Amino acid sequence: MLETLEAQYADALQALAASKSSEALAAWQSAWLGRRGAITASLRATGQLPQEARAAWGKRANEIRQLLTAAHGERAEAIRNAEMAQDLESGAIDVTLPGRRRQPGGLHPSTRILREFARIWGEMGFQVYRSRDVETDEFNFQYLNFPPHHPARDMQDSFYTTTPGVILRTHTSPGQIRAMRDLGANGTRPIRVILPGMCYRYEQITARSEVQFHQVEGLAVGRGIRMTDLKGTVAAFARRMFGENARVRYRASYFPFTEPSMEIDVECFLCDGSGCRVCKYSGWLEIAGSGMVHPVVLRNGGYDPALWSGFAFGMGPERSAMLRHDIHDIRYFWGNDLRFLEQF
Amino acid sequence: MLVPLSWLRDLVDVDVPAEWLAERLTLAGLEVAAINYLGVPQGAVEGVRWPPSDHLVWDRDKVLLGAIREVRAHPNADRLVLAMVDYGGEALEQCVTGASNLFGYKDAGPLDPPLWAPFAMEGAELWDGHSETPKRLRLKERALRGIPNRSMVCSEKELGLSDEHEGILLLEDDGSFRPGTPLQDVLGDVVFDIELTPNLARCFSILGVAREVAALLDKPLRVPAAKVLAEGPPIEGQAVIRIEEPAINPRFTLALLRDTQVGPSPWWLQQRLRLVGQRPINNIVDVTNYITFELGQPLHAFDFDKLLARADGAVPTITTRRAQPGETLTTLEGTQRKLEPHDIILLDSAGILSLGGVIGGADTEIDDNTHNVLLEAANWNPVNIRRTMQSQKVITDAGVRFSRGVHPAVAAQGVRRGIELMRRHGGGRVAAGIIDAYPLPPDPVRVTLPVAEIQRIMGVAFSAHAAAEILRRLEFKVNVEADRLEATVPQHRLDISAETVTGQADLIEELARIYGYDRIPDSMIDDELPPLHADMTLEHEELLRDLLATLGLRENISHRFSSPEREALLTPDDRPGYHSKPYVELLNPVAPEKRVLRHTLLTQLLDSAAANARWRETQQVFEIGQVYLPRADEELPQEPRRLALLMTGRRRLPNWQGAADAAQLDFFDLKGLLDRLLARFNVPGVVWSPGEHASLHPGRSAAIHSDDEVLGHAGELHPMVAQAFDLGDAPVLVAELDLERLLERSNWRSYPLQALPHTPPVYQDIALVLREEVPAADVEKVLRRAGGDLLQDLRLFDVYTGDPVPPGHKSLAFNLVYQTDARTLTDREVAKVHRKIVRAAESQLGATLRA
Repeated sequence: MLETLEAQYADALQALAASKSSEALAAWQSAWLGRRGAITASLRATGQLPQEARAAWGKRANEIRQLLTAAHGERAEAIRNAEMAQDLESGAIDVTLPGRRRQPGGLHPSTRILREFARIWGEMGFQVYRSRDVETDEFNFQYLNFPPHHPARDMQDSFYTTTPGVILRTHTSPGQIRAMRDLGANGTRPIRVILPGMCYRYEQITARSEVQFHQVEGLAVGRGIRMTDLKGTVAAFARRMFGENARVRYRASYFPFTEPSMEIDVECFLCDGSGCRVCKYSGWLEIAGSGMVHPVVLRNGGYDPALWSGFAFGMGPERSAMLRHDIHDIRYFWGNDLRFLEQF
Repeated sequence: MLVPLSWLRDLVDVDVPAEWLAERLTLAGLEVAAINYLGVPQGAVEGVRWPPSDHLVWDRDKVLLGAIREVRAHPNADRLVLAMVDYGGEALEQCVTGASNLFGYKDAGPLDPPLWAPFAMEGAELWDGHSETPKRLRLKERALRGIPNRSMVCSEKELGLSDEHEGILLLEDDGSFRPGTPLQDVLGDVVFDIELTPNLARCFSILGVAREVAALLDKPLRVPAAKVLAEGPPIEGQAVIRIEEPAINPRFTLALLRDTQVGPSPWWLQQRLRLVGQRPINNIVDVTNYITFELGQPLHAFDFDKLLARADGAVPTITTRRAQPGETLTTLEGTQRKLEPHDIILLDSAGILSLGGVIGGADTEIDDNTHNVLLEAANWNPVNIRRTMQSQKVITDAGVRFSRGVHPAVAAQGVRRGIELMRRHGGGRVAAGIIDAYPLPPDPVRVTLPVAEIQRIMGVAFSAHAAAEILRRLEFKVNVEADRLEATVPQHRLDISAETVTGQADLIEELARIYGYDRIPDSMIDDELPPLHADMTLEHEELLRDLLATLGLRENISHRFSSPEREALLTPDDRPGYHSKPYVELLNPVAPEKRVLRHTLLTQLLDSAAANARWRETQQVFEIGQVYLPRADEELPQEPRRLALLMTGRRRLPNWQGAADAAQLDFFDLKGLLDRLLARFNVPGVVWSPGEHASLHPGRSAAIHSDDEVLGHAGELHPMVAQAFDLGDAPVLVAELDLERLLERSNWRSYPLQALPHTPPVYQDIALVLREEVPAADVEKVLRRAGGDLLQDLRLFDVYTGDPVPPGHKSLAFNLVYQTDARTLTDREVAKVHRKIVRAAESQLGATLRA
């Protein structure tokens, strides 16, 4: 009787030796040791044997199963090793084929720069205050010390609306008045804000000029704000924005809403000040207009200019982006051309 | 404004390099935009950078001042002569030239005094006088019609002074000429191009800039003389001025020159005018321009005989007043102008003479036959002049100065200096005295400035004497009283306020400017920190931007201008839509399609998508920004913010393995994205209901609710709208949400997390056959309710119609996850709740289990 078992065992071993791949091995496993496998069947058959034969049969069938399981394990490992060696040897792909493209999203370059500005100014205690786009002549000009027909109005060509006295803001400076009135508690509290926002000017749209652009206005009002603070604070910003060694230059200038007024230049970071196309060979890049808040403006914001003082500045994020990324056409910014946006 | 250094040096000693001075002026607020060089090399100054200039430099050894001592005939040519030039060498140089203005001296023997002319030797570099386009040449020895020649007497064009090439430049000896002097030292010059901000009206002249230079370099200023040699009978009674409204014409002065001769101005005067961008005309007109540029006081010259003729024997009387409606004037350049009440006119008994402060009339202008000149120097209200220039669309050198403000004190100085220069260069006799109508002299401005105030604003401690010293350099009269300054503003500036606080700020600015901004130290604010405030909308918005970018969308920022016609394209069939409500409309749009402020972000998003379709099949973008809604009861519009999204193209980008997943983005991509976003912001009670939005496909769009509030709409663009925006056939998914409402209902900050379960989940699937019209959301609701707490999650994984599902029906298959943290669920418990779910589906939805 047991010869049948031994013959089965021999056949199984032979078949195992003939299995050369993982697939063949899996088929062998199923044919001999699986639920419907021959060895399994032999084990099951134990019950149907005469009483006296059962013990020997059962014992040997179990032994064979264990032996075959062990042999399968060895064989499996050998095949795995062989296959791995095979794969390592010949499974190379052309790694120069392009990868599967992802579709990443991304933020607009203006948003990125605005955030950078907000972060740096935030470190110095300047909080963001947003103000409206459509403004009155009072807020955009008069409260800022531009009387009607003042020649300084020529510096900024306005978009007028069909409602008399209502214009699109030409700068973020009207937000100074709104911030002072809103946060100043009738001229009793200090203020330190930046006012980012879109501004509008009546211009032809060309590579160099746009009808809309962002500005970031800054305003600090307090009982002891000095011109030295303006210089130091903006210089600190410039070093954070343009590098630890950024040199800053201050030029006297004119804005009706600040006095003294100054333009702030940073040494050209593209040529380290030696002169290049971008800085027009001057070595300097203009980064901000600024000054001490004009007493009339303080007064219009609710402060007593004899006791309070402040400084204000304004900068252009698109200009910063253009300098950084060597962009020569400002129209890129609102053109939404994905070929441009995807580079950020 | 162009400022020649040679002219500046008449008024102030400049002992620093031009480039250094330009830098100093720039830092003091007179921005030198460019430096133009005439013959002299560009200087290199340590620490100062200017763009390299490629102008012609006159070689100091080869381009010289020459004295032509004799002009001889050329033996072989009629149109050439031989100029015998003394250039400081041992012998005269024989120079062959075709200069027509030497022909008159041909064979006239030795010339004494000689003719002075620029002279260039072999090897010198010059401009080619015969070339149409600018071209340089180097002088070489060459025979001209058989006579050897190695030098040249030069025209203005050859030196780069002007385009003049008719004859050579003949110079007038001012007594200092020596043959052989390098021409650089005679004609070489540097011209600053200065951009003046509106507060620097006082610097709109050579004198004005010289005053700044004098203060900056601490040098004395030489104010041009206004002394007149007046030999004629007094002007009194020869003309009369009547000012009707002093506020618009605070001062009017006249001087009279008789028996003068109109002719060309001397070369130096012409050259100065050219250097500041003027075209010389004749000695009388040139002097009016010269004074305008030198002193900043515009002048106007009348032909006195023409005025006399118009007065018909009476004394000419000039009245100034506002123009009246219907009045017209033909101005010098021949334009007939309709006048308006803000225009100021001069008129006599015969009619209107000129537009005061802006431009003269044709009838009384100077011509070649003028012999008697009545010279006007007046002062005008800047606002009127500005408005006249704007409405009459005329910009003149006089108007530009008056519109910025000229101090009336300068008028008398201008009229005196002007009439004297005319006499010097045209001859004649000046009538004694001037007529001076000065009804409105400005009050003298005095400002008291406590020294402590300087420290408070500037942060720099000044002694009273140091501050006074700086202000005196700017011609302020200053008394120091203990620790404050009493400053009187000089009679040439209008920019210092008499109002105390503003006047103090004005003076502090002057102190800072002249002291030097670069010398003011840096400090950090040590003032009280303001209370913290938060703009939560902004913080939310920034998170939203990040999230959208993470989800694969690109941020757009568009022009916020639009047109009703463009926005009407969003609504097919002339139905009401975005364009039906009132707009913020511009009076001066740059283009018709940019004449209003937008009501929606979609127009620009679709326009951009259509443009990008040329380069990108797949686009996924968003924009966040304001729209503008006028309010009936308020002057200013509402500016609510919106979020708009657009997706179109392929769900996955194709690659080299073939278009394995060529499926187009559809409604459910948009919905999945928005659901993710709403979930991240914890917006409660989100429900998508089949939506009515005119721009969207009626069957493939939805309104998004949060409880009772509509947040916005999303769906596939209506095919007619897609067509109107030139978009292709692929579905375009768009959404526009009310950002404020969305953010009001969101909570990204504080919400409870689910604890991680300790028990294993049990997974089961269920497939239900339902009538096709039953919405999936209803099925989900029923299953969830029936599943109760044990049904931890549920996800639809298959929607199927077709055999064997009966017609009019569909099969929905869900993965169900049963789990409770209280205990490990038994098979029996799971079976029980699963049966309950099946029963609920059967009874409430008429569903059957799919076999």
